[in-house]
Amino acid sequence: MNGEAVSLQGHPMSRLLDVLRTTLRLTGTKEGCGEGECGACAVTIDGRLVNSCLIPLLQAEGTSIVTIEGISSGDELHAVQQAFIEYGGAQCGICTPGMVLAATVLLDRVAEPCLEDVQHALAGNLCRCTGYMRIFEAVLAAVKYHRPPGVVA
Amino acid sequence: MSSQTPAIGRSVPRREGRAKVTGRARYIDDLTLPGMLHGVTVRSPRPRGTIRNISFGPGVPWDEVTVVTAADIPGKNIVTLIKEDQPYLADGRVNHAEEPILLLAHADRHLLEEARRQVTIDIDPLPAVLTIDDALAATHVIWGTDNIFKTYVVARGDVDAAWGDGVTSIVEGEYETGAQEQLYIEPNGMVAIADPADGVTVWGSMQCPYYIHKALAGLFALPADRIRVVQMETGGGFGGKEEYPSIIAGHAALLAWKAGRPVKLIYDRAEDMVATTKRHPSRTRIRSGVDATGKLVAMDIDFVVDGGAYCTLSPVVLSRGTIHAAGPYFCPNIRVRGRAVATSVPPHGAFRGFGAPQSIFGLERHMDRAAAAAGLAPDEFRRANFIKPGQTSAVGQVMRDPVDMGAILDRALALSGYHEKRTRFAANDATGAVRKGIGFATFMHGAGFTGSGEDHLASIVTLEVTREGRVRVLTASTEIGQGTITIFSQIAADALGIDVEDVDIAQPDTAIVPNSGPTVASRTCMVVGKLVESAAHALRRTLADVGLPAEGYSRDEFHHKCRVHVEQHGVLRASAQYTARQDVKWDDEKYEGDAYGSYAWAAYVAEVSVDMTTFEIRVDDFVAVQEVGKVINPVLAAGQIEGGVAQGIGWALYEDVVWREGRMANAQMTNYIMPTSADLPAIRVFFEEVPYPHGPAGAKGIGELPMDGPAPAIVNAVAHATGVDIRRIPLTPEALAALVGVAHG
Repeated sequence: MNGEAVSLQGHPMSRLLDVLRTTLRLTGTKEGCGEGECGACAVTIDGRLVNSCLIPLLQAEGTSIVTIEGISSGDELHAVQQAFIEYGGAQCGICTPGMVLAATVLLDRVAEPCLEDVQHALAGNLCRCTGYMRIFEAVLAAVKYHRPPGVVA
Repeated sequence: MSSQTPAIGRSVPRREGRAKVTGRARYIDDLTLPGMLHGVTVRSPRPRGTIRNISFGPGVPWDEVTVVTAADIPGKNIVTLIKEDQPYLADGRVNHAEEPILLLAHADRHLLEEARRQVTIDIDPLPAVLTIDDALAATHVIWGTDNIFKTYVVARGDVDAAWGDGVTSIVEGEYETGAQEQLYIEPNGMVAIADPADGVTVWGSMQCPYYIHKALAGLFALPADRIRVVQMETGGGFGGKEEYPSIIAGHAALLAWKAGRPVKLIYDRAEDMVATTKRHPSRTRIRSGVDATGKLVAMDIDFVVDGGAYCTLSPVVLSRGTIHAAGPYFCPNIRVRGRAVATSVPPHGAFRGFGAPQSIFGLERHMDRAAAAAGLAPDEFRRANFIKPGQTSAVGQVMRDPVDMGAILDRALALSGYHEKRTRFAANDATGAVRKGIGFATFMHGAGFTGSGEDHLASIVTLEVTREGRVRVLTASTEIGQGTITIFSQIAADALGIDVEDVDIAQPDTAIVPNSGPTVASRTCMVVGKLVESAAHALRRTLADVGLPAEGYSRDEFHHKCRVHVEQHGVLRASAQYTARQDVKWDDEKYEGDAYGSYAWAAYVAEVSVDMTTFEIRVDDFVAVQEVGKVINPVLAAGQIEGGVAQGIGWALYEDVVWREGRMANAQMTNYIMPTSADLPAIRVFFEEVPYPHGPAGAKGIGELPMDGPAPAIVNAVAHATGVDIRRIPLTPEALAALVGVAHG
C-alpha cells in the first residue's frame, strides 16, 4: 500500500474503496457513484488503473496499490499534481485524486502522449466542473517535466 | 496603494489547490466523529397518496435502530424557504415519489440497509399530475386552487394591437427543455450533533450555510445562537446544493437529536439522483411579428416551468426565466407571461442559470426560425434587433451598460469562421452520411439577485487582522469549485496593497462568519467580492489613524501598522454591508424596473457533425465570446466558462431524465449520460473586458452565463446541418431520428 506492506483482515467481498477509506483512513480516494462509472475512486493495482468501488478486498491481496496519498514524495508534488494546480485542472476537487491517478498511469505508459491520448486515458474519470479543457492542458504540461520509470532523461 | 504587483488580472493559482491534488481536502464523507451513527431515509414509493400503514419487518433488531417520524420533530415540520408548504417528513399524505417519510440510524451501515428494506409503507394512491399540460388543466388540483405556484406578466407597448403595424412576417413556435440533474461528483451529505442542552451543529456539503441555519432554527424551535452550520469542502454544487441540503441537514440533526449521538447522513448516487432537485423542465410558446426591415414589432411569449410537488424556489427560478425570455433584443410591443406549475414529481430546483437557460433556448431557436421567415440570415436578423444603450427592456429597464452586442457577435463569428462555414456546409451533399452545420446564440445574463433581492439580503462581509498582520476574510460565501477563496484573496490583497499569501479566507461557519448571503446567482464575485473590497478600504481608513499612508506603503509597513493598531486597540476589524443603490429602481408590486444591476453579454458559436446513419451528433468546435467586466483571474474565469459550456452541451445532447410514474427511472451514471473527456470539442473562450463600476475592480458575475448559450447554438447548428426544425432538448440520437423520420414522411 503506497510502497509499504500492510496487513489487515476484512470480509473478502468488502469493497476496496471502503477498506481504504474506513480501515486505512486513506480518505483521498472518493466515492462518486459506487458503480464504476465516475472514476472518483480510482487507484492503481500493480500499475493498472481500477475503480476501487468495484474491487473486492480478496482481489487486492498480494498486490501493490497506489492511492492519491502515495503519489507525491514527501512535500514534493508529482508533476501531474503540480500541473493541475498551475493550469487550473482542479475546481471542486472531488474528481481530482482519481483524475491525477489516471494521468500518472498514462504518463508511465506513454512518454509523449498527444491530446487524443489524454482524452482517451481520462474518459473513465468524470469531471462536472471543468469541461476537461484545463485538465488536458495540465496533463500535457506535466509531460514536459515527468520522466516515466526506466526512461533516462 | 502599495508597491505590490496587482493580483487582480493574474491567474493566481487556486489557493486550496494543493489540498485538492493531494487528497487532503476534507469533504463531508471524510469526517468521522466518535460514537457516530449512520442515517438513512425511507421514502415514498408512490407519487401521491395517503399513508395507510407503516410496518417494520422481521429480522431487524428494531430496538437498536433509531427511528424518527414527523411526530418526533421538536419545532415546525416545515422546510423554511419561500412558502411554508414542504414538510421535512411526510405526515399522513405524500405529494411526490421519493418524499421522505421516516429516518433510521444505526452504527452498522449494512444492518441499516437491511432495516430500510424491511420498512413497508402502504399508501392509498391518489391521482398524480405528471405533465405541465395536466397541471394547467387542473383536473386534479394538487396545490392551491389551480396548481399554479406563481404567475408573472411583464409587458411593454400594446402587443394585442401591434400585429397590424407593418408586420410582414409572423412566426409561432413551441419549445421544450427537459429536466437536468446537476450531477456534482460528490453526492450530498451531512454530519450532525444535536441535543437540547447544546443545540444543533451540522457539517456538510452545501452552497448556503445561512439557508440551512434558518431552516434548522424553525425545525428545532431553537434561537439562532443555538444553531451552527459549517461548510466542509464541497465537491460541486451548480445549484444542486442550494436548497436541498436544508432537508438533509434537518434529517441528520433529527436523528442525532433522538439518538443522542452524532449522525452521518450521506446519499448514494442513486438516492441523490432520484430524490434531490433538478433543473425545471420548461415549455415556451412564442409568437413574433417582424416588419419589412427585419425589426421585431411584437412578441408574445408564454413561459411555463414544472416546479414539482412543492413551491421551493420555483417562483424565483420563474422570475429569472421570465425576465431573460426576451433576450438581448429590443421589441416595442412585448408581453411575457411566466407560470410555475405544480406536478407530483420531486421538486425541481436551482441549477446554474436558474430558469434563464430554459427561456433563452426557446427564444434563440425561435430567432433562427423568425429570421428565415423574414428572409434574413440569423446574424442579420439579430443585428437588426439587438438592444442598445438607452433602450428599454421588456421588464422596463433602461439599458445603461455600454453594451455592443454587434461587436461581440462579430468577434464570435470571425473566430469561428462562421460565414465561410455557413456557406460551405450548406453546399454539402444532402445525401452525405455525415452532415456539418454551424449555428449560434446571442444572450445575456443578469448577475446578483433579481430586482430588490440584494437590498433585502443586505449582505455583510468582515475583515479582521491578526497581530502578525495576516488578514482574514469572513464571509458565508462557499468555495464549491468556482474559485471563491482565490478571487476573494486577490480582491482583498489588491485593496489592501499586500500579497495574496497574506490573506486567509475563513471556513464558512455560522458561528464565526457574518451572513454574506447565499452562494448563488453569479453574485459571489460581483456582489460579495465588492463587499470584500469595501471592507478592505474601511480597514485601510482605520489604519490611517495609526499612520498608514494612503498610498505608497510597503507590505512591511502595512504589517507594522497592523501590529501597532492591535496593540493599541486589541482587535482590528472592518465590515461592509450591502446598501441599496440609489440609481437602481425596482418596483416589486408592478414587477418592473432595473431587474439587475448589470448583465454579462455573450455570443456562442457551435459547429457540429451529424451522422445521418446513427443520428449521433458531435460538437466539433465551440467558440464562447463574452463581456463579463474585468476578469479577476483568467484561468479560473475560463474554467467557469468551459465547465458551463460542457454542462450546456450535456443538457442539449445527452442528459435525458427518463420519468416513470413521477420518478426518475435512470438514476444512475450508467444510463444518465454526461459528457466525458472524449465527447467534447475544443471549447475556445474569449473575454471582452468592459469594467463595471459597481463590481470589485470592475468585475461582473460569470458563473451562470455559460449555461445559457450552448443548447440553442448547438440545436441551431444541427438544424443547419440537417434542415430539420428542432424544438426540444435533449436532442438524443433517438429524438433526432424520430424528427428526421417525420421530416422525410
